[in-house]
Amino acid sequence: MSTLDTTLEQDTHAHHGPAKGLGRWLFTTNHKDIGSMYLWFSLLMFFIGGCMALMIRAELFQPGLQLVEPGFFNQMTTMHGLIMVFGAVMPAFVGLANWMVPMMIGAPDMALPRMNNWSFWILPFAFAMLISTLFMDGGAPNFGWTFYAPLSTTYAPPSVTYFIFAIHMMGISSIMGAINIIATILNLRAPGMTMMKLPLFCWTWLITAFLLIAVMPVLAGVVTMMLMDIHFGTSFFDAGGGGDPVLFQHVFWFFGHPEVYIMILPAFGIISQIIPTFARKRLFGYASMVYATASIAILSFLVWAHHMFTVGIPLAGELFFMFATMLIAVPTGVKVFNWVATMFRGSMTFETPMLFALAFVVLFTIGGFSGLMLAIAPVDFQYHDTYFVVAHFHYVLVPGAVFSIMAGAYYWLPKWTGHMLDERMGKLHFWLSFIGVNITFFPMHFIGLAGMPRRIPDYALQFADFNMVATVGAFIFGLSQLVFLWNVIACVRGGRKAEARAWEGAEGLEWEVPSPAPYHTFSEPPKLPESLR
Amino acid sequence: MSTQEANRRLVRRLVMGAVLMFGFGFAMVPLYDVFCKVTGLNGKITNTGPVAVAPADTSRSVKVRLIAVHNEGMPWEFSPKDGVLRVNPGEMKQTAFMATNPTGRRMVAQAVPSVAPAEAAEYLHKVNCFCFEQQPLMAGESVEMPLLFVIDKKLPEHIRSLTLSYTLFDISPEVSAADQTNKEQRL
Repeated sequence: MSTLDTTLEQDTHAHHGPAKGLGRWLFTTNHKDIGSMYLWFSLLMFFIGGCMALMIRAELFQPGLQLVEPGFFNQMTTMHGLIMVFGAVMPAFVGLANWMVPMMIGAPDMALPRMNNWSFWILPFAFAMLISTLFMDGGAPNFGWTFYAPLSTTYAPPSVTYFIFAIHMMGISSIMGAINIIATILNLRAPGMTMMKLPLFCWTWLITAFLLIAVMPVLAGVVTMMLMDIHFGTSFFDAGGGGDPVLFQHVFWFFGHPEVYIMILPAFGIISQIIPTFARKRLFGYASMVYATASIAILSFLVWAHHMFTVGIPLAGELFFMFATMLIAVPTGVKVFNWVATMFRGSMTFETPMLFALAFVVLFTIGGFSGLMLAIAPVDFQYHDTYFVVAHFHYVLVPGAVFSIMAGAYYWLPKWTGHMLDERMGKLHFWLSFIGVNITFFPMHFIGLAGMPRRIPDYALQFADFNMVATVGAFIFGLSQLVFLWNVIACVRGGRKAEARAWEGAEGLEWEVPSPAPYHTFSEPPKLPESLR
Repeated sequence: MSTQEANRRLVRRLVMGAVLMFGFGFAMVPLYDVFCKVTGLNGKITNTGPVAVAPADTSRSVKVRLIAVHNEGMPWEFSPKDGVLRVNPGEMKQTAFMATNPTGRRMVAQAVPSVAPAEAAEYLHKVNCFCFEQQPLMAGESVEMPLLFVIDKKLPEHIRSLTLSYTLFDISPEVSAADQTNKEQRL
C-alpha cells in the first residue's frame, strides 16, 4: 500500500488546483472531475439514445413502412434501450454520486480515487464498441435490450460478440463504481455522521450499490453463457443440445428486475433531498424512508418472473410472483406518502428543481400504478409485449429516473458552477418536457390495451391516431432537451453568483462549502452543522 | 483500524461478493434443471424406461395430441402417424413418428420432447422413444420411429387432454465434429 500512502501524502502536501490540459481529465482522481465526466458522458449518451428514439417514433408516425428498414428499426429499439439504460441513466446516477456523496458526508474524496478514474474511463470504450456495431456487416444487435436467447445467439448478427464484450465492460465499470461508493459511505463519513444521519441520497445509493454488486455479475454470467453458446459449442440456451431458452429469461430477469430498481432508488434519494429544501421542512419519516428503500431492494430479488408470466409458469408460481410484486407497492407507497407529507403545510416555492421533483412524484406514481396492473398475472397475458408495457416502463424511467436526474442537476448546478440558473429558461425546459413526456407516453397506454405489440415497425390502422400523437410528443420532448443543454452550458459560463447555501431551505454539508465547490473540499473532517447534530 | 485498512478489507469482501454472484449466475443452470426435475415444471420429461404393468383405468380416457415441430433450418419431413390418440390411463400405447431426409446428404437428427400442460409431464412415462437416441438418415431415406408410452393412473382428474410435442434438431455438424475427434484419437 506504499503507493497509496504516497499519493495521499502528495495530496495533503500540495493543495493544488486541477492539472492543465487533457491530462487533467485522463488522469484525474478528483471526485468532482470524475463526477463531471460521468455527467457529460451520460448527457451525450442521452442525446444519442434520444436520436434513436426519435427515429423509432418517426417511423411509427404513420402505419406502413416509411423511413427505415424493419431490420434497422429493430437495431434502433435495441440500441435505444441499451444506451439509455447503461449509458444515460446509470452513469448519470454514478456521476451525481461522485459529485455529491463525498460532499454530503464530509469526506475529502471517494475512498478509492484511482479505481474511480478507471471505472469512468472504461465506459467511453465500452460504448464506442457498442455503437460501432451499427457500422458492421449484419448491423447492430437487433434482438431487443433484453436480448432473449436464441434470438441473441442462434439468430443474432455477427456483431453480437462486440455487444457481449461491451456489456462485460459496462458491468466491470458499474461494479467498481459500486464498490467505491460503498467504501466511501461506510468508511469516510465525518465524525458524528452516524448511519441514521446520512442524507437520503447517500442511503439510497448505498443500497443501490449493493444491488449492483449482487446483480451485475449475474448479467456478466448470462452474456458469458451466450458467448460460449455462440462460439464454443455449449448449449446453455439451445434446446437441441439439452439447454433451455427459458433459462435465459430466468437468469436475465434475476439481473433485470433489481436493475430497474438500480435505476430508480437513487432517484428516490434525489427527490428526498429536493422536496424538503423547497417545502422548507424536514423530510417526513426519515427512518421509514430508509427501511422502505431497503425492503424494495430485498423484494426486488423475489419478483423476477413477473416479466415472464406468459412462458408457462405453474399457477403457484404465477400467484407467488404476482403477490410478491404487489407487495412492493407497500414500501413504494410509504415513500410517496412521505414526500406528500413533507410538502403538507410546508412553505413551498416552485423553482425548477422542485417542479421536476413534483412531476416526478406524480408521474412516477402513474408508472407505478400501471406496474401494479401489469403485476396481475391473469391480465398480464393481455398486456404482455404490448405498448402498455412500453408506456409503463417509460413512465417510471423518463419522468421517473430522467426527471430526477434533471431535478438533481438543476438543484446542484449552483454548487457545481457557482452560478444560479436562469429560472425562466429552467421553467421553459420543465413545461416543454412535462407536456412532451405526457403526450408521448400517455397514448401508449391506450394503444397497448387495444393490443398494439411493441418492437414492430408497422401497425394496424386503428392505432394510427394515437401513434401520431405520441410521435408529436416525442419530438416536443426530444427537442426541448436542447433547452436543457443550453441551460447547463449557460450556467457553467455565467449567471447570478450562487451563495454557499444556494437555496434558502437547503440543509446538509454540501451547502456549507462555497459555491462553486473548491477543487478539494473537507480535507479536514468538518464539524457537523446544527441541523445534522 | 486505519481508513486504508478498512477500505482494503471492505473492497476484498465486496469483490468476493461480486465473484460469488458471477458464480451464482452459472449455478442457476444446474439449479434450474434440478428445480424443474423436482417440481416437474417446464414440461421436461424425465420418466423413461420400463414401468410395472397394471390394468388400465378404463373409467376415463385422456386425449393425447401429438405434434411434430422442425427446428430452424431442419429440412426433414417429420410428422406423427396419429395426430390425436385416446388413451386410458395405465394403458400401454404404441404409435410412431415418420421422418424423411429429402436432402442429398447424410444427416443426423435429435428429437427433443416437451409436454403441455407442464403439470402432466411427470405422469407421462415413455417406455421406448426415438428421442432416446440420435437418428441418422442417408440421403432420401425414410424411417418410422416408434414411441411406446403409458400415462400414469395418478394423472390428476382435471387433465383431460395433453400435448406431446417433438422438436427435431439437426445435429449433423456436432456429430461429424465428434466423429472427427474420435478418428483422430484412434489414429
